[in-house]
Amino acid sequence: MTMSMATNRDPSTPRPAPSGEALRLAGLRRDFGGFQALKGLDLVIRPGEFIALLGPSGCGKTTALNCIAGLQPLSGGTISLGERRIDELPPEKRGFGMVFQSYALFPHMSARRNVGFGLDMQRVPRREADKRIDEALALVRLSAQADKLPGQMSGGQQQRVAIARAIVIRPPVVLMDEPLSNLDAKLRLEMRAEIRRIHEAIGSTTVYVTHDQDEALSMADRIVVMRDGLIRQTGTPEDLYERPEHADVAEFMGYRSKLPGRVAGTAAGRTTVEACGSRVEVQARQPVAAGQPVTLMVRPEDLVAGSSGIVATVRISEYRGRAFFGAAQAIDGTELFFRSDRPVSAGERVTLGARPDQILVFPGDEA
Amino acid sequence: MTALASPASPGVPLRLRLAARGIDGTTLLVVPALLAILGLFVYPFLYGLALSLAPKAGPFYGSYATFFSDPFLRETVWNTLILAVPTTLFNLLLAVPIAFRVRLMRHQRLLTTILVLPVTLGTVLVAQGLLTYLGPQGWFNRVLLWLHVIGSPMKLTNNYWGVFASLVITGFPFTFLLTLSYVSGIDPALEQAAATLGAGAARRFARVFLPLLVPGLAVTFCLSFVQAFAVFPSAVLLGAPAGSTHVISIAAYQAAFERYDASLGSAIAMIMGAVQLVVVLAALGLRSLFYRGPVGGTKG
Repeated sequence: MTMSMATNRDPSTPRPAPSGEALRLAGLRRDFGGFQALKGLDLVIRPGEFIALLGPSGCGKTTALNCIAGLQPLSGGTISLGERRIDELPPEKRGFGMVFQSYALFPHMSARRNVGFGLDMQRVPRREADKRIDEALALVRLSAQADKLPGQMSGGQQQRVAIARAIVIRPPVVLMDEPLSNLDAKLRLEMRAEIRRIHEAIGSTTVYVTHDQDEALSMADRIVVMRDGLIRQTGTPEDLYERPEHADVAEFMGYRSKLPGRVAGTAAGRTTVEACGSRVEVQARQPVAAGQPVTLMVRPEDLVAGSSGIVATVRISEYRGRAFFGAAQAIDGTELFFRSDRPVSAGERVTLGARPDQILVFPGDEA
Repeated sequence: MTALASPASPGVPLRLRLAARGIDGTTLLVVPALLAILGLFVYPFLYGLALSLAPKAGPFYGSYATFFSDPFLRETVWNTLILAVPTTLFNLLLAVPIAFRVRLMRHQRLLTTILVLPVTLGTVLVAQGLLTYLGPQGWFNRVLLWLHVIGSPMKLTNNYWGVFASLVITGFPFTFLLTLSYVSGIDPALEQAAATLGAGAARRFARVFLPLLVPGLAVTFCLSFVQAFAVFPSAVLLGAPAGSTHVISIAAYQAAFERYDASLGSAIAMIMGAVQLVVVLAALGLRSLFYRGPVGGTKG
């Protein structure tokens, strides 16, 4: 059944655009009075790709999504699908499926009629519409709840109705605006896998907005990290997790400890940095010169309490199963987030170290 | 308080048993309202009902019989309905599109203030103003004459249309403010969702907004209708109180205070109430055919 949704496309159905076209955003700008929410966004989304727009609140990711959907006008730039410019079309002419943060189900319609709304608008014949609604409801595993009103369904069920409603029109692009943020933690994990499964079943290009890096890492083919209306970095989840290009992206990807330092010397691919009153060996990915100020960043799970390294005093320590995680203060006052395999308690002195390849080095002025 | 420790014992204090049913000290706060309703509504209503059933002469239903046998009196029901229902619907139809535009405006408060002004002026002042403005020498006719839209002044006062205009001016702000609150209560994401699903403005209104608005519009209709049905000053000042705008409240007034027939006056008031009740129940009955749940966000 899921295969038929992807391949058996009825040619008589009016479709806004054939699938398999790239979505191009070029120089997208959006001003609100004096505030620039988007300052020139360039992005090419490949057909069938699952893209996550990731960033802290206020970074412009939802604005970007609304602009793609046509719910907000652009202040500059163009959006095209394949060869067609679409940024001047109203939302109802773009034919993109959208899943809203609040689900936005029509409260006076049953799940079935909600899902059928878009087909009704396209004037799809009754029999075909019924078949497609059944398929979409089966895909989101809600066939049994088809006749319930949204008010009678749980948050997770409502969310799945919203997804079915967005994909049943077979949109070339599906847009999702933090669709899991109103669900509880357990359901959120389940729905991640569910959305990914649905994406693979229908093969639509998906743009997914989130502020949760775990969500982006686990679902997306490619992640676009945004900040202050600009793209900071684009890459696969591995790229971003292992090789963030900027200190703020690194921080967002979980490199919590941020150590100001100065390059002491470089020799044979090895770089030594003086930070927090110790010498730390790192593997710099970009060339650095002796005496240059740098910022070192490291993840809590990689900064381990051991026999050698930076001396610090434990402030907080919590047991998180198997290991202790905590915060400590180095001699110069820098806050360090670390892991310890043996119990440590507040006030205790520890020495913290990490493997050279686990430490990121950024030029000093970036932090 | 020991009863708290053993809830199964029969000696649970009355206070706690009442509290369990939602009756406690706070409940006393409704007493003033209850007294007001009893003293200002229930008692006068029952008194009036008794009075209407005690005519000066004849059987107990004599006053009602008088009303329905006299065409001049009987027609007041029709005269009032033909004024109140169209003006209410007119106000409602005017209020909905304006409310749809205003809900997106930033300076809503200013507009709201401007709209509330006619309400504060009172019907008599509005009637007085309209009498001059819509009169044969008034600005309205003069401008139309000057523009050669009409050849001779239109008669817009001392007839049906004068009262109609007055009811629109005094009734619209009330209808509009109620409508606005219902319209802005609908989650804007619903409209956006409908748009992304391919619905143009007309179908977004017909398929999403209207079904969600109908219950609110029905309530607005009832409240506006009841207000318009009690039309009195403008029907006298701007209308033809002995002819086409001989409305039911005028008939009640004349019976009670010009003919000193308190029983007939009360009977007319009762009939007036009954007609209003029929219209209101019909409107609410229609409402029950529609969805009546929350119209905001649907998150569970």
